[in-house]
Amino acid sequence: MNDFLRRLLFLPEQASSVAREIDTLHYFVIGITMVGATGVFIAALWWSIRYRARSFEASSTTPQVQAGLAVEGGLLAFLVVLFIVFWVVGFSQYLRMRIPPRDAMVVYVTGKQWMWKFAYPEGKQTINTLVVPANRNVQLVMTSRDVIHSFYVPAFRVKQDVLPGRYYTTWFRATRPGTYRIYCAEYCGLSHSAMWGDVVALEADDYERWLEGEPLENFVQLPPGPPMARVATGLGPDLPAYPRGIAEASQPRSMADWGREVAALKGCLACHTLDGQPHIGPTWRNLWYRETPLADGRVIIADEAYLTRSMMDPMLELVQGYAPVMPTYQGLLEPAEVGAILELIRSISEPLPTPARAPEPLVRPPLPPGSLDRVDPARALEFIRETSERVTP
Amino acid sequence: MKNYLNCETTIWSWLSTKDHKRIGVMFLVSVTLFLLVGGVFALILRLEHLTPGPTLVSPNMYNQLFTLHGVVMVWLFLIPAIPAGFGNFFLPIMLGAKDVAFPRLNLASLYIFWIGAILTIYGVLDRAADTGWTFYPPYSSQTYTKATPVLLGVFVLGWSTIITGVNFITTIHTLRAKGMRFMDMPLFAWALYGVSIIQILGTPVLGIILLMVVMDHSFDWGLFDPARGGDPLIYQHIFWFYSHPAVYIMILPPMGVVSEIVTSMAHKNPLSYKAIAYSTFGIAFVGFLTWGHHMFTSGMSELNAGIFGILSMGVAVFSAIKVFTWTGTLYRGSVWIRTPLVYIFAFLFLFIFGGMTGVAVAATSLDVHWHDTYFVVAHFHFIMVGASLTAFLAALHYWWPKITGKMYFEGWGVAGAILVFLGFVGTFFPQFLLGNAGMPRRYYHYSEQFQALNVLSTAGSWVLALGLLLVLVTLIWSLVAGEKAPANPWNSRSYEWMTPSPPPKENFPETPRFVRGPYDYHLPLEPP
Repeated sequence: MNDFLRRLLFLPEQASSVAREIDTLHYFVIGITMVGATGVFIAALWWSIRYRARSFEASSTTPQVQAGLAVEGGLLAFLVVLFIVFWVVGFSQYLRMRIPPRDAMVVYVTGKQWMWKFAYPEGKQTINTLVVPANRNVQLVMTSRDVIHSFYVPAFRVKQDVLPGRYYTTWFRATRPGTYRIYCAEYCGLSHSAMWGDVVALEADDYERWLEGEPLENFVQLPPGPPMARVATGLGPDLPAYPRGIAEASQPRSMADWGREVAALKGCLACHTLDGQPHIGPTWRNLWYRETPLADGRVIIADEAYLTRSMMDPMLELVQGYAPVMPTYQGLLEPAEVGAILELIRSISEPLPTPARAPEPLVRPPLPPGSLDRVDPARALEFIRETSERVTP
Repeated sequence: MKNYLNCETTIWSWLSTKDHKRIGVMFLVSVTLFLLVGGVFALILRLEHLTPGPTLVSPNMYNQLFTLHGVVMVWLFLIPAIPAGFGNFFLPIMLGAKDVAFPRLNLASLYIFWIGAILTIYGVLDRAADTGWTFYPPYSSQTYTKATPVLLGVFVLGWSTIITGVNFITTIHTLRAKGMRFMDMPLFAWALYGVSIIQILGTPVLGIILLMVVMDHSFDWGLFDPARGGDPLIYQHIFWFYSHPAVYIMILPPMGVVSEIVTSMAHKNPLSYKAIAYSTFGIAFVGFLTWGHHMFTSGMSELNAGIFGILSMGVAVFSAIKVFTWTGTLYRGSVWIRTPLVYIFAFLFLFIFGGMTGVAVAATSLDVHWHDTYFVVAHFHFIMVGASLTAFLAALHYWWPKITGKMYFEGWGVAGAILVFLGFVGTFFPQFLLGNAGMPRRYYHYSEQFQALNVLSTAGSWVLALGLLLVLVTLIWSLVAGEKAPANPWNSRSYEWMTPSPPPKENFPETPRFVRGPYDYHLPLEPP
């Protein structure tokens, strides 16, 4: 019965400790709603047809009917009692949903445009993937870094707004292992609808192993993210299609590959594509050292200096035709990660065309004394070796 | 014969008129125009949702479109449509007065409305706001789109609403015909009285909070920035303190319309006049104490949530009184099933279903799942839009003979009503299920699992658009080819039908004497 009604009403699976009882109230309330609305509608139709006009004369009259107090009062009393029942059941459920049990484990949640960050007391940090043990109470301590977001897991029937400058809590207990979608439910700007994530509920043992560093892919296949991010990332099959914040132990790889991973983890690829498609931000393909028109009319060469400035102070030199929506990455990227991203951009740009050679001057001016021409290459090498030894002990 | 339409015919005579009927007609034309504008936005939004990914517009444009759809529909159609349009036209006639209490102020309210509308539309054209019609900070303080013109536009529109409210209350108190007591007034006048109170008490609060957002957005005051001691949550409290009662600004006048049409079409006295009149004030009063039900997941305290939950159900009790009374009025009547009544059937279904889902979301625990999903979108479209729109169209057909002097085409009218009803249910019923399934509102992208229901909803929007188009075309055509309307085509006992169609400039050829009540259907109709 429960499953039939759940499917009839298109409700998602019941994967938390409270979902089943909330749905039961749902069936009850909606059932009465539908019966009531249809009943009154049919009564109106029936009386209209039963008492349809047979005379259209101006002189025709109808009897004066006044509702007895008993009829109206009785109907109202019935409604009031019914509503109070709804409220008592609903509010007692609400209190249980809002007050976290004492034994709950804690995960810290930060919403920001447009991703969810999770931090565990054990030191683990993830983005857009909340890994929890099944059958254990989990309390979320939540805040926002910019605007209002709302943490919503339909399968758990759980939702809580997060506000900047405030900490709120909510809690849930996943009743079985699985992957459940997180949505942002409070409108938060351009990519509000791409602020998706997943709750991954693992068996208790698996969760412990994950905490100790085993990659999540060993336990669960993560579903694809929102279409926008999939278009935007253009990543190969070797990396998850959506920014996943689980930094795994890594084997040696090229700096461009590392940049690709950083760009995915830090959310760059939610707005910048690697395949040449303009998106919320300019594409990174063929950006390296290209002439780029800015919103203020200037044209700038997208060199290392410009690209770095754009990461740290994005509003300063905005590319023409794009909205000023990029957050600053000041303090969010390690210097080496900035380098890796630059290397990634360079690797996906066509090699620079060799500049046309300046025509040879007819008369070579004499070189000033001490210029490179006079330097003996062997002597110079010697000098470099000496100075570098002095710097690195 | 001279009437209010042909007594003067220059454009200036319309622009400078102090005749409440002409002002009402100009309001009706304006709000119909904005219904079209908002409707086109809605159609584009529905088209965008045909596929889960990008379909037609960019994410940024989508966000702007749903913002403008909300702003235009709420403040340029739903709020002014019935009070400023039909209210202006019929309130003085129903009271036996020559005009409203402050005719010049009435004209000013029209011009203020236009100024507000122009500001808002300017905001639409120039880097339109993308904040949603609720303008929640801190997002609205930070957005790079131009929120200011739209915010100021709504601020100005509020003044128009307040002036109309003041005018109606004064008119009802001072200009009733000789011998007409309060309890002799037509029920439409009671509805307008109730709505005027909300307009006067609520709208200034909205004005203040929107100005604060303007200060935050344009001058960086940081009023809602937590880093500078501001509080985004207080905005929500104050915004909904107005915007929840605003729902009753949108629904009380339609309730008045329903009371008029049900009695007229059933040719019967209302089952209980007092129940309808008093419950209006019950709704107006309790409506001010329920705003917190928009905030069950916002982080408000649990105690608050419980209190706001039970108070919200109180509104449903008063609404239920009205529904029972209307339905019971049909019992033992002499019912003419005509276009206005067909719209009233649609109203009853949408209103009861929308209202009962309102009780459901007031049960706090259920709202946690539904809040900010399509369930809520469907709920408020049913109750606030569906009920208001069907009542607006019912009123348009019911009073069309009186306003224009022409009869609409009955067959086309019924066809339009059925299309509008089916289209409306087709558009919004799937959205209840989408909300159940967990699709959040204001989503440009959605998961593939939601597509089937979205396609259904989009198909429904085309039926709705077709229905509205049919109504518009056949009504305009009836101006040319419609039969000439008699003074009282419905054999109604209500006072506005005692004067010729269309009424003369002074409303009645001679000072009216109302010797019987507006619902005395147990007495035969005297010849006019």
